[in-house]
Amino acid sequence: MNQLGRVLLAEDNAKDVELTLAALDEHHLANDVVVVRDGAEAWEYLCRHGRYAARSPGSPAVVLLDLKMPKVDGLEVLKRMRADESLRTVPVVILTSSREERDVVESYRLGVNAYVVKPVAFDEFIVAVKNLGLFWAVLNEPPPNSARRAA
Amino acid sequence: MKAPRTTIQRRLVTAMMLTSTTVLVLTGAALVFYDTVSFRQSLARSLATRAEILAANSTAALAFANRDDAVQVLAALKSDPSTVLAALYDGQGRRFATYPADLAAAALPTAPSRHGSWFERSVIVVHQPVVEEGRRLGTLYLESDLRALTGRLRIFTLVVVLAVLGSIGVAFALSSWLQRGIAQPVRTLADAARHVSEGKDYAVRVSVVSDDELGVLTDAFNEMLREIQQRDDALRASEASLRQLNGDLERRVQAHTAELEASNRELEAFSYSVSHDLRAPLRHIDGFADLLRRQTLSSLDEKARRYIETISESAKNMGVLIDDLLSFSRMGRSEMQQTTVGLGALIAQVRTALGAEVADREIVWNVSDLPEVPGDPAMLRIALMNLLSNAVKYTRGRTPALITVGTIDHEDETVLYVRDNGAGFDMAYVHKLFGVFQRLHSNEEFEGTGIGLANVRRVVQRHGGRVWAEGESGKGATFFLALPKHIGTRHQDREAA
Repeated sequence: MNQLGRVLLAEDNAKDVELTLAALDEHHLANDVVVVRDGAEAWEYLCRHGRYAARSPGSPAVVLLDLKMPKVDGLEVLKRMRADESLRTVPVVILTSSREERDVVESYRLGVNAYVVKPVAFDEFIVAVKNLGLFWAVLNEPPPNSARRAA
Repeated sequence: MKAPRTTIQRRLVTAMMLTSTTVLVLTGAALVFYDTVSFRQSLARSLATRAEILAANSTAALAFANRDDAVQVLAALKSDPSTVLAALYDGQGRRFATYPADLAAAALPTAPSRHGSWFERSVIVVHQPVVEEGRRLGTLYLESDLRALTGRLRIFTLVVVLAVLGSIGVAFALSSWLQRGIAQPVRTLADAARHVSEGKDYAVRVSVVSDDELGVLTDAFNEMLREIQQRDDALRASEASLRQLNGDLERRVQAHTAELEASNRELEAFSYSVSHDLRAPLRHIDGFADLLRRQTLSSLDEKARRYIETISESAKNMGVLIDDLLSFSRMGRSEMQQTTVGLGALIAQVRTALGAEVADREIVWNVSDLPEVPGDPAMLRIALMNLLSNAVKYTRGRTPALITVGTIDHEDETVLYVRDNGAGFDMAYVHKLFGVFQRLHSNEEFEGTGIGLANVRRVVQRHGGRVWAEGESGKGATFFLALPKHIGTRHQDREAA
């Protein structure tokens, strides 16, 4: 476990961000997490536009996307990524409160890699986030051109 | 109505003509017959008179046996061409003189027979005794042909036939003229009836022309038409209003459908936001309570720790409640899949899924061979999951717990039952069992949200079946699901307590 993939967390709710970071921190997976607060910002980060024009190159090892976000929602970000030549291969995990079937169906139709419903119970949430972080940021071999840094 | 093959006009004329012709012909025939009879009588009488005169004239010739005289007397018959033969016989019956004088003997009777006159085939004969002062001198024989009779008969018949023919002509003219009074109104009626039946025009009226039965008939016909017209108008009016009503109803149904669709969309949006937005704060409550607990683990006393745990517990409970409520709402809205479901396999699946709950329990399962039923496997799985987890939950504390699953086969439905020896329930509250958020036990006794059995009922209702339960407090409960063997054979709204 010498390298840790960068995680892009797109989440508009500050409390959720804090809880997610706390859960990742529990397992020391929180040291390369970029947090964006809506879909537009996520897209700027991914394309290195605007605020993120100066960021170092390389795509995140995984994008954790909330569905319901201001300006541009999660599904729209997913759609744009799958239509973009350089972002098409970046793994995307939907991390949401919605268990609605149409959200699940639409996400998979757009080519999501995983769909995780945030459990209400915090201990379960910790387990879920830990598993996600371990799998996508550590275990999974991301496509080339992904940003990694030593753990 | 088709046009009649024969007209009443022709029938009336025919009847009248038949009657008058028969009467005329019979009268003519009677006249001819009477005339013939009376003419024959007068013929016979005149021949007899002539014979008497001749006989009186011949007495001298016979008395003096003067043959020439006798021939001369007989020769007087020349004036009557119809008298063809005459003979005078003497007292001994010998032929004395004949007329014509040279008549062959064979043409005459050999001797006179009885007296009198009579008809013989085509002639009339007279035997007249010649008597003088009571002494019979001989017999006169006269024979006359019927020339006069046939001649007269011919003329008379001709006259009668002409008269009859003339009368028939007059009768025809008369009856043709008279029938109009009867046939005309009838024809008018018939024309009106045809007009009505072909054109469905009930506004026609026939003017009354006579005060007899035909007048009554016309009146009745007009009255009938008036009535039909009234009913027809009423019928049209009610048809129109029915159409109007139908249209209104359709519009209303469309409006209601639109409303329903709108409210369904609203409901979906609502449940979506419940699913998404209501869960988030709960997660935060539990998350931050947990973080707080971790942060202050060492410094908190027992009481404060219990408070934090209660916060977490409540948040989790509400999460479960929301999930259950959402699944209940989804159950009512989602499309139903129709396939064949093996109940045995489904029960086995559910038992596997219950694994964790039954791990440390002593449960005796008694599951019979279960048939297949038509239905939606996912929905039925939810129903069976609820029933079996209830059975497991409410037998907590029984050692061993007995859970029996079986079916009763009816003609048009399969009744599945799940029986346990658990806490049971009071039959007085059986009607509350399948209601949403209805519970017969406290949360401390047996945890739960009160959605499970409501979900069971909804699943079974959507299959067109029924649910009911039997139980006794402290002795156990049995839950029954009647599932139709052909979906759609039962009304969906039928349900048991």
